[in-house]
Amino acid sequence: MSQSATADAGWRKHLPVINAFMRYGILIIIGFMMLYPLFWMIGGSFKNNQEIFSSIGFIPKEPTLDGFKKGWETSTEYTFATYLINTMKIVVPKVIVTVISSVIVAYGFARFAIPGRKLLFALLMATVLLPKSVLLIPQYLMFREFGWLDTYLPLIAPQAFAVEGFFVFMIIQFMRSLPMEMEEAAVMDGCNSFQVLTLVVAPVILPAIISVALFQFMWSMNDFLQPLIYLSSVEKYPVALALKMSIDVTEATSWNEILAMSTIALAPSLILFFVAQRYFVEGITSGAVKG
Amino acid sequence: MFNDKKIGSLYVAPFVIGFLLFTAFPFVASFVLSLTDAQLQDQLGSANFTGIQNYTEMGRDATFQKSLGVTFFYVFITVPLKLAFALFIAVVLNFKLRAIGFFRTAYYLPSILGGSVAIAIVWRFVFAGDGLINQALEMIGITGVNWLGEPNTAMFSIILLRLWQFGSAMVVFLAGLKAIPEDLYEAADLDGASRLRQFWMITLPLLTPVLFFNFIMQIVQAFQEFNGPYIITGGGPLKSSYLLPLMIYEEGFKYFNLGYSSALSWVLFVIIAVFTAIAFWSQKHWVFYAQDREDKNGGAQK
Repeated sequence: MSQSATADAGWRKHLPVINAFMRYGILIIIGFMMLYPLFWMIGGSFKNNQEIFSSIGFIPKEPTLDGFKKGWETSTEYTFATYLINTMKIVVPKVIVTVISSVIVAYGFARFAIPGRKLLFALLMATVLLPKSVLLIPQYLMFREFGWLDTYLPLIAPQAFAVEGFFVFMIIQFMRSLPMEMEEAAVMDGCNSFQVLTLVVAPVILPAIISVALFQFMWSMNDFLQPLIYLSSVEKYPVALALKMSIDVTEATSWNEILAMSTIALAPSLILFFVAQRYFVEGITSGAVKG
Repeated sequence: MFNDKKIGSLYVAPFVIGFLLFTAFPFVASFVLSLTDAQLQDQLGSANFTGIQNYTEMGRDATFQKSLGVTFFYVFITVPLKLAFALFIAVVLNFKLRAIGFFRTAYYLPSILGGSVAIAIVWRFVFAGDGLINQALEMIGITGVNWLGEPNTAMFSIILLRLWQFGSAMVVFLAGLKAIPEDLYEAADLDGASRLRQFWMITLPLLTPVLFFNFIMQIVQAFQEFNGPYIITGGGPLKSSYLLPLMIYEEGFKYFNLGYSSALSWVLFVIIAVFTAIAFWSQKHWVFYAQDREDKNGGAQK
């Protein structure tokens, strides 16, 4: 405190400016360093391999589409399109059943007096904290008994039962923050609870639904361990497994192909993120901050 | 709103069924399996009950002990650094700056993409012998390090990848910071409290619920790290990045020892449970919830 009393008044007047300057400086330097690996990946996919190894800049000097052409062909008998389509065959149904089941279960929790509600809610939250690896082997054996190995069912079917507590919790929080007059009015008008859910509640909780859909989309795109365990035929591989395969086969020689396919693999997530950033922020903060 | 218990139960039924079938049953089954010598290729009926042998085996298993050690090392380095960094950036961002939305986006993006195989591969290339980092070092005249080939530095690449994903914790901190009433700082300014003191006396205590949430989520996540070691380092060299989830996977699906793998997964579960329990139990001593805020504010302003 003592130095501020003796400080030169002129110096103090400029303090906010210096302060802001420093903040921007820190933010820009860190931001640049953080995004550089992404720039480098995208730039690298338009370079030839020679250039990737000889320059750290991200703008290609002699842009080429070689990486994309060769990478797209892949080292397998299928093109990268097959893996992209496979990914969508997993991700799209997964997102749909997740949203439907999570909304229905959350509605039950948020609007009904159900027996054992406290216990059920505690179990729901416990699933968020439970490490998935402790379930891995019994689930595998169970799905083997079902004859589901090498199909997409083990990846999708559990999601129809609202197994991700985080999503249900997100929607419950959102529903609790809503005033109930509209729903009460709908009941007066003779709607049953399911009609209230589909006609009144669902449109209002749309932001929460979008958040859930986006998070599940991203997580499923990134999911690696589950496909790794359950899928054995290459023709059914999603992008995550195809990329892993590509580094096993061609890493020593063809970085540009791998970088190009990584760029394509990230493109859907990147685009969605920029279009719908707000829903990610709202989704992740809804559970953490009260009020 | 509705009092009909039957209909309410119907809505919650999917969760109850799913919980029993895909969580509770496998959870118990994996403990039972951990007491057997079950093998992946055999029929389950042929497994023998071996009691706690899988657990006593761990005492003799040098690989397990190494894996446990690196797992704790990884978590204890990654989680505190990530939280501290996320909080630091959130505080810097929380002042009325222009373009805050732009920076928030830039910092948040890696945590959305970072879990993917594509990013792990990029990371592998960045740290490779002739990768980005070594090229940059060479330019300023420093001889590169074989990052992924040295036991001392391989883990470093994975830690750095997860630190890179500090954005989601930052976004949560940022929301917490926004919820702190301005007038507290104005009062502190009048009292002549320095910025640093305001941070320690106002910001940090009021942020503890958010810190608690972030801490739990990050701990649980860090103990389950799989993609990083599997793709970037393969757990090596010399098992120096052989995190427990990777060992659980390999024991089960590479060596087919379902019993031992299940036992390892239960050890991981107990570790995470202990950490979460300690956090929940200790929160009454350090987490400052809104209901006590009223009294303490009154006290602070006198």
